[in-house]
Amino acid sequence: MTLSVSLTHGFEGFDLDLAFEAPPGVTVLFGRSGSGKTSIVNAVAGLLRPRSGRIVLDGEVLLDTGSGIALPPHRRRIGAIFQDGRLFPHLTVRQNLAYGRWFAGAGAGAETDRVVEMLGLGPLLDRRPGRLSGGEKQRVAIGRALLAAPRLLLADEPLAALDEARKAEILPYFERLRDEAQVPILYVSHAPAEVARLATTVVALKDGRLLRQGPAAEVLADPAVLPAGVRGAGAVLEARVVAHHEDGLSELEAGGVPLFLPRVGQAPGAGLRVRIAAQEVILSREVPRGLSALNILPGEVEAVTTGRGPGALVSLKTPAGPILARVTRRSAQALDLAPGVAVHAIVKSVAIAPEDVGGALSGG
Amino acid sequence: MDWLGPEEWQAVALSLKVSFWATLASLPFGILAAYALARWRFPGRQLLNGLVHLPLVLPPVVTGYLLLLTFGTQGAIGRALAEVGIVFAFRWTGAALAAAVMAFPLMVRAIRLSLDAVDPGLEEAAATLGASRAWVFLTVTLPLILPGILAGSILAFAKAMGEFGATITFVSNIPGETQTLPTAVYAFLQVPGGEPAALRLVIIAVAVAMGALFLSEWVGRRVARRVAGT
Repeated sequence: MTLSVSLTHGFEGFDLDLAFEAPPGVTVLFGRSGSGKTSIVNAVAGLLRPRSGRIVLDGEVLLDTGSGIALPPHRRRIGAIFQDGRLFPHLTVRQNLAYGRWFAGAGAGAETDRVVEMLGLGPLLDRRPGRLSGGEKQRVAIGRALLAAPRLLLADEPLAALDEARKAEILPYFERLRDEAQVPILYVSHAPAEVARLATTVVALKDGRLLRQGPAAEVLADPAVLPAGVRGAGAVLEARVVAHHEDGLSELEAGGVPLFLPRVGQAPGAGLRVRIAAQEVILSREVPRGLSALNILPGEVEAVTTGRGPGALVSLKTPAGPILARVTRRSAQALDLAPGVAVHAIVKSVAIAPEDVGGALSGG
Repeated sequence: MDWLGPEEWQAVALSLKVSFWATLASLPFGILAAYALARWRFPGRQLLNGLVHLPLVLPPVVTGYLLLLTFGTQGAIGRALAEVGIVFAFRWTGAALAAAVMAFPLMVRAIRLSLDAVDPGLEEAAATLGASRAWVFLTVTLPLILPGILAGSILAFAKAMGEFGATITFVSNIPGETQTLPTAVYAFLQVPGGEPAALRLVIIAVAVAMGALFLSEWVGRRVARRVAGT
């Protein structure tokens, strides 16, 4: 199940012109607002007719302006989850869920029960959307899209309108979708932590152009793709739980390097993703001694990126995976940081923020 | 109802019949016109908007005369329709047509207001869930504009009950056929000793108008609550 998209479209202020492929799993369209993410999603859904383009889902041509093919939205069988939920206010939750199911020609059955159970919608079924919280609305919206038997799920910043607590409530459902459902997901986000947790593939955009696409860990370690610049930068590591220690710390292992962080929920042996914000990394040319920090990763500088500000972003290659460090330009010069230089990245264990610790990965 | 004379009762009953059919028959056109004006961009949209609103600003007698010219026995449309057995001139159906035309702008405005309040995003969401345009309209748009449709219908009904100028110009004032409540009041006031009958009809007119307003408020509140999703 692969989606391939190539589009050009003119807007006031910028042009959209890009092509990408979304393999199975979660493909995150990543970039700051106004980079064209929502337009791409709308074009895939059939809600926006681009100036020119070709969209193919699993061998079926949804749009081909060259040969005049443009399947209307209702014939595309693509489930969309919008930022604002867009539940039908005049229908109950049960009727909202049944809406897409009915048009897909499938009755309410085991599938409905499974989705209701997975999203915890049971107690909400007879309520109307006006009486639901933001998080509940999004859960219903996810269920409604899933039950329409879609071939592809589109999620346009589904968490952006929610507060942190509600985000934490919804994100695990998307992780379950990624791991359990067979439906590929095209997910729009500008939040690096969200991308780090969910993405299988990242398509990074800037001003309507493709910046980079590839596996999440690779793309997120590239400072050029980060919309918030150096401030939002952070790298993602694939780790495995080794043991829970009695002092409240959990020991993880990533590429042979031990990592310590406050007790995580997963059992020993489970795989998880951790995100290390570039702000929380200190660099040292020598093997550091006499430090309170527990996590020290040996590595090699791959690139040093400087912007207009006083900061510099250093990309490192370590056995655990790519790491980003934010240092001042002055220290970068003082340490002679340049590609190929061996350094040690020091990460305070508390710097791995709990909300940045993702759930288990399908493959570990 | 023996406090009403047979002629007065006839006028009230006819007025209710004329207004009912005027409202019901113009409703589909009202929804279509409102939808076209609110959602479609097409050449001639301003012209349609002007045509719809014309009866609101034209002197009613002019509207009635134009109806007579087009739908009268000698009128272009009237003659064609007469061949298939539909006659408007000097019939109660003509009174209903005149009332419908005069009430049309009010109906369209009320429906259009409620259409403007419907989030197009909901219609898009319905489309992604597999609903064709017709189904989107029937299952999402129509239920959501129901308050506007009801308000517009009640407003149109009340307007039709009170229509005078276009009706009397187009179909005259024939007791039992085209003499509606307002034209009956006018007729009673023209004859000596007709004032008590006119007054009785005036009381009924006030009662019907007030009743319609209360009904529209009540229905509107109920439907709005339902549509707001609480």
